[in-house]
Amino acid sequence: MNITLYLFYIFSFVLISSSLVVVSSRNMINAVIFLILAFFNACGLFILLGAEFIAMLLVVVYVGAIAVLFLFVVMMLDVDKAITQEINRKKPLLTMIGFVLACELFLIIKFSNVSVNEVIISSKTPSDISNTKAIGKILYTDFMLPFQLCGAILFVAMIGAIILTMKNEKRFIKKQNIYQQVTRNKKNSLKIIKVKAGETIDI
Amino acid sequence: MNSTFYLHHYLTLSSILFCIGVCGIFLNRKNIISILMSIEIMLLSININFVAFSSYLNDLLGQIFAIFILAVAGAEAAIGLAIVVVYFNNRKNIQLENISSMKG
Repeated sequence: MNITLYLFYIFSFVLISSSLVVVSSRNMINAVIFLILAFFNACGLFILLGAEFIAMLLVVVYVGAIAVLFLFVVMMLDVDKAITQEINRKKPLLTMIGFVLACELFLIIKFSNVSVNEVIISSKTPSDISNTKAIGKILYTDFMLPFQLCGAILFVAMIGAIILTMKNEKRFIKKQNIYQQVTRNKKNSLKIIKVKAGETIDI
Repeated sequence: MNSTFYLHHYLTLSSILFCIGVCGIFLNRKNIISILMSIEIMLLSININFVAFSSYLNDLLGQIFAIFILAVAGAEAAIGLAIVVVYFNNRKNIQLENISSMKG
């Protein structure tokens, strides 16, 4: 029993218990806070696995962006009033389904053999450079197209979220009215005013 | 480091987390934000699985794929929460059973 195994047990225990709190908590703010705790523990597990870049990305993206977004929405919507009852009558049956699924997955893991020799390694981890540098070296060369598509997905999601939440009012949206532009002529756009000396005009 | 020993640990952990996420979707059928959080837990368990295999096989492909999963999870959370906000502004509640009236 070395220290890595102890750390693994601590991290995974906190991860599982905090995610149980997330799915069972009535108070949504508590659920989001425990979600953040779960992400931090997953970050610790990734560091144990030697994937520092993914670990830091998890903290930055999940905790810094997604969990804060959840917290923001939960606080803005006042969910406790919006959801009146959430007691489910079939609770034991549904928990049973999850338990059966867990048992099946556990049996698959227990009785399957993963052999390293049968697997084709596509991009081997270099031993002389750091994890972040190695990921950058193949992400910007071999996986350039998927990386760009990933950016396109995020871009579309950003525009979609902005359009969905933008209020549909005139003073927020400045749109081009093509009909108005095409039917514009000299009569309704030009006015000749003779200004007398010392007087003002009203436009 | 005896990696086979560890791989089974990580796979068991990720399957337990995945089942917790599935149970969360079943149990919180009234609350759409809870369902979104359960989906995040499931995606996290998939990420753990990918990174565990990546570390076990000394192959960086798993970590690359985990980055893409993170990006898709971020996009999904943003769009889902935007829909929830718009729905709340129109209806003043987010009961999931009423959302079936949302056509289109």
